[in-house]
Amino acid sequence: MATVAREPPAADRRSPLARLVRDSRTRIALAVLLGVAAAAVFAPLLAPYDPAAQLDIVRLASQPPSAAHPFGTDPFSRDVLSRLLYGSRISLAVGLGAVALAISFGIAVGAVAGFVGGALDAVLMRLVDAALAIPRLLVVILVASLWGTLGLVPLTLLMAGTGWFGVSRLVRAETVALRDREFIVAARALGIPPARLLVRHVLPNVVAPALVAATLGVANVILLEAGLSYLGIGVRPPTASWGAIIQDGASRVADLWWLTLFPGLAILVTVFACNALGDALRDAFDPRQLPRDLVDATFAPEA
Amino acid sequence: MTTPLLEIENLHTFFHTDVGVARAVDGVSFAVGVGETVGVVGESGCGKSVTALSVLRLVRPPGRIEAGSVMRFEGRDLMSLDEREMQHVRGNRIAMVFQEPMTALNPVFTVGDQIGEVARIHAAMSRRESHAKAIEMLKLVGIPAPEQRVDEYPHQLSGGMRQRVVIAMALVMNPALVIADEPTTALDVTIQAQILELLDDLTRRLGTSVLLITHDLGVVAENCARVIVMYAGEVVEEAATTELFARAHHPYTEGLLGAMPRVGGERERLATIPGTVPPPTAWPVGCRFHDRCPYAWERCVAEHPPLYQIGANHVSRCHLADEPERRAHPHPPLAAQRGASAA
Repeated sequence: MATVAREPPAADRRSPLARLVRDSRTRIALAVLLGVAAAAVFAPLLAPYDPAAQLDIVRLASQPPSAAHPFGTDPFSRDVLSRLLYGSRISLAVGLGAVALAISFGIAVGAVAGFVGGALDAVLMRLVDAALAIPRLLVVILVASLWGTLGLVPLTLLMAGTGWFGVSRLVRAETVALRDREFIVAARALGIPPARLLVRHVLPNVVAPALVAATLGVANVILLEAGLSYLGIGVRPPTASWGAIIQDGASRVADLWWLTLFPGLAILVTVFACNALGDALRDAFDPRQLPRDLVDATFAPEA
Repeated sequence: MTTPLLEIENLHTFFHTDVGVARAVDGVSFAVGVGETVGVVGESGCGKSVTALSVLRLVRPPGRIEAGSVMRFEGRDLMSLDEREMQHVRGNRIAMVFQEPMTALNPVFTVGDQIGEVARIHAAMSRRESHAKAIEMLKLVGIPAPEQRVDEYPHQLSGGMRQRVVIAMALVMNPALVIADEPTTALDVTIQAQILELLDDLTRRLGTSVLLITHDLGVVAENCARVIVMYAGEVVEEAATTELFARAHHPYTEGLLGAMPRVGGERERLATIPGTVPPPTAWPVGCRFHDRCPYAWERCVAEHPPLYQIGANHVSRCHLADEPERRAHPHPPLAAQRGASAA
């Protein structure tokens, strides 16, 4: 009990950014994500082959990993490593683009609904409720299959358009809870205009949950895109995407394991990094958070 | 008497809820003079805080300031101002100090940023100027090492220091009126006196009027020239502080005084007022205090008492002003009788 009763800790005075940079999760997550980003940006330089080129459909189809093809080849004799590198472009572009749009829109709708309240709030949130009642995958599959195959931009818009409901609800709930908090009333009592109140006093307090939602959202969209491509209604073939590579080996997973394993690992590691970054962000932006070593010291068994 | 700084007349603030209309403030009138410190006392739920929020027009739906309420401040009718003009009054001419310094500060901004924001909004100061202003204000409210503290977050300060920061925010624009809603209730006893002294000292020096809301008559005795006692959404007694302590008239005020510990007094049990403040959706008919009053008689149940003038600048909402002889015959109040029979 002695550890509990001691002086409140010298609080962490570092800026959120400094805290974030010092967090080991951030470093690992950023290393992974920067790696994926580098792969995406420099794919033309890194890839040993053209990702769409069928090298030799007779002799090089479905080859297991070898020196010439480290990740093997697919049934069309395309180099899997090259396709994987190019596929990271699709995953990142769709993931980041869709989430940036979805989060911005979700925050705007949620904050306004929660802050203004009344009829506007009721109408917006009932619409969101209705939208949330329809499974996202269903909507995405329906639209994608009506469209045939999708280009990158329509795909991103589709993901964004179906991805902002949850965020808006989250932000709305946070805003409502904040609206009646004393420091908001106090800020109003100091004559701070409503728009400024919303932008400066409410929004920074919803940034943390929205950011966590955003990073989870990136992971989600990457998975969703992979799922769509796996179903054959994602990006237009022969464009390489992680889901599409898995699809190419889907009928013979046991034989052509490299077609599942490598893109699967790519998805896993990227999604994991997104989630880890989300956690680190949340902790860094909360100034009430105790420094890590202090938490450990406080809860460590007494010597 | 010169024109008072703030005049409230017939203020009605009702909350239109699903379970009925809560008449939280029900016909309150009072005035605060220039440079004057006026205390508002009463139990929780008697309408003190809603009165304070009403003055700044910060009551949120379902609460509403009803038509017919009059609030004049510096010669202007506050009720006729639009929201924009009202924003210019808030924090600039009338500022508020809240009860909970823990929650009255935004956790994600430094204290300097928050103090400075008031100056940036109302005085169009630049960031650099407002930062200097924040340091100056921290110095004014007696925070040591202000150059360092200015860049700290609220959670890095103690409760007493936070309340000093809140006071600094209130005084940035040198407002004419500060409304302090239970400014020391959330603080340690040892800090309470310091904060009250600080508030008193600063407002005296700056010539600021103060509306000091509290449930603690001891706070009133030390800081206020005049006291308004509120009960069940109404003013029940108003007098100069010395007059009130010497010649309390309303039985509710008597009860509050009786519930106050006295240093050096005889060791007897502190008196309590039996019962609780009734819900604002259903104030009792007649005198709203009759249920808890040791003198109540038939007239109190039937007839709502007006504010009787019982001395120079001393009013009381009690029929005893009319029939003073009844004070000689106290009896257990109805609430206590009910309590006894229930037990």
